[in-house]
Amino acid sequence: MAQYIVRRLAQAVVLLFLLSILFFALVNLAPGGPLAGYGQIRRMPPEQVAALKRQLGLDKPLPFQYLVWLVGNDWMKVDVDGDGLGDSLGTRQGILRGDFGNSFRSRKPVVDELNIRLPNTLYLMAVTMLVALGIAIPIGVISAIKQYSPFDIAVTTFAFAGQALPEFWLGLILILIFYVWLKNPLTGDPLLPVGGIYTIGTPFSIADRIAHLILPVAAGSLGWLAWYSRFLRSSMLDVMNQDYLRTARAKGLSQRAVMFKHGLRNALIPLVTLLALDLPYLFSGAVFIEMLFSWPGMGLFYYQAALQRDYPVLMAILIIGGISIVLSNLLADVLYAYLDPRIRYS
Amino acid sequence: MAFSQESKTATIAIQSFEGATTSQLIWKRFRRHPGAMAGSVVLIGLILAVLLAPLSPYDPEKSNTNERFQTPSWQHPMGTDALGRDLLTRVLYGGRISITVGLMVVAITLSLGVTMGAVAGYAGGMADSILMRITDAALSLPSLLVLILLSAILREVEIPFFQRNSVLTIALVIGLLSWMTFARLVRATFLTLRELDFVTASRCLGASPFQIVVSHILPNAIGPIIVECTLELGYAIIEESGLSFLGFGIQPPTPSWGNLLSNAQENFIRYPWLAIFPGLMIFLTIISVNYIGDGLRDAFDPYKVLQKAGEL
Repeated sequence: MAQYIVRRLAQAVVLLFLLSILFFALVNLAPGGPLAGYGQIRRMPPEQVAALKRQLGLDKPLPFQYLVWLVGNDWMKVDVDGDGLGDSLGTRQGILRGDFGNSFRSRKPVVDELNIRLPNTLYLMAVTMLVALGIAIPIGVISAIKQYSPFDIAVTTFAFAGQALPEFWLGLILILIFYVWLKNPLTGDPLLPVGGIYTIGTPFSIADRIAHLILPVAAGSLGWLAWYSRFLRSSMLDVMNQDYLRTARAKGLSQRAVMFKHGLRNALIPLVTLLALDLPYLFSGAVFIEMLFSWPGMGLFYYQAALQRDYPVLMAILIIGGISIVLSNLLADVLYAYLDPRIRYS
Repeated sequence: MAFSQESKTATIAIQSFEGATTSQLIWKRFRRHPGAMAGSVVLIGLILAVLLAPLSPYDPEKSNTNERFQTPSWQHPMGTDALGRDLLTRVLYGGRISITVGLMVVAITLSLGVTMGAVAGYAGGMADSILMRITDAALSLPSLLVLILLSAILREVEIPFFQRNSVLTIALVIGLLSWMTFARLVRATFLTLRELDFVTASRCLGASPFQIVVSHILPNAIGPIIVECTLELGYAIIEESGLSFLGFGIQPPTPSWGNLLSNAQENFIRYPWLAIFPGLMIFLTIISVNYIGDGLRDAFDPYKVLQKAGEL
């Protein structure tokens, strides 16, 4: 197993290296070049643009620029004043040491900007996932046990509808219902808030935090809820046809013990794997939810960066996205082998 | 009891195979799926409505400032937008764009994915490892984020044939990021099928690899491919709407369901119909397509239908 993980990690490193080349090429070969989003570039005289390019090292050949992006330039002389001559050692450390450069927009280090936003996204993702699973697991199991009952038919129909609802539209409709139409009977304010993580300018309150979570979580979790309940239903149905369940029943165990102790535990194995695989998508799905509900997280940050072509930010989030996908794939495989002793990797 | 059940299954099998071609059988099973039938009816209705859009008395793009923000009425069943354009007309024209993008994405992913999967699965060896590594790499792209980046770049440049996020550009960008499921699916089917005797037989009879793949293996892999096509159509329409909703997809004044929703954001609090109807169309299309896909999956898999009907 350890050997397998090491081999997979080595493959992951190669894969991420390829992805980094791809992203770098994409940004640098894009029409308009890597400076397309750099503030006033369109109104600068050409000499000034050329000097800026020398300052940023964009006059060097692309493979060299890629190397600098990867490992930094603190080991070589760089042209600080843009006159074409090397002056002093560079300050960039390269993405391998966690330096993604400065945002074009705020001129602050991308890493600092990400550090503010990442916890907000993780917070939203975690609650969304807990809500989705907390509802999907019981309804998935019950609808499998009572296959073709009215409850099962209702759940299956709901799952189909839930998967066909685009989250951005669901978000708009929820805003209409709970912000525009329904009012708090005591104060006459909108029933639920629709912007940010908490009400700005008020002291910390759990109730306020929860109120701000309800709509984004509802809009973000419905699709996952539908998907997981459907998945768990079919996984549970598969397990229910297995011989070991028949054995458990033949031993004289109660229906409850058979279903929950033997059935559900086995049916959850593929779900755990699926969860690991889905984590990165939760992260990118956050773009819509964070944009609709002005949630100050990575998704909103990426959206704003794309609008302004803030390449250092875009590259950083793409690389993080790539890493999270590669690692979650590995995690899924390892978890699967760990949870299901019948599976052995060689 | 077990005995009678077995014989019942056997009778059903005989009954349903007697004197019917495969496609008749598939159609028969498809018809048994109420969701799939309802989905087909709704989807056909939607496509007809979208095709008949030019019959509308209103222009989809010309503004009419006297009629801004009209509530839904007999004249304007879905109301009018900020520029006084009839929303129903725009939704129908938008549907043409959204469905066209969806179909183009299916065509692109199908041709790319099937080619890659067929070569990898049939040739095996070196070609297989290279193609599958490419597939793995493509699968580890954070696709929505890359989609946003690509369309944000393409939105601001002039390339011949790809003007400012036209239907073709968006379809290509989405297609380039979603052919992998097809490639894997086709490869897996080919790996199994190429070992079967009828393939060996036709190879002995001197058929070229191309002939074998096209006339012997592909027809046997058609079921899962068709099912995947319908699912892909749904994904593509959702992706196009999402992209246009963010403002990176199809650019106004050309309407698409996504950019209608995107434009609605400014005014939907006071004029909710602007947000309700375009989204409803996306929802109806996707749910119909998903039900059709489900019905097709069952129809191509006779065992599952019998199981569902409680006959096995």
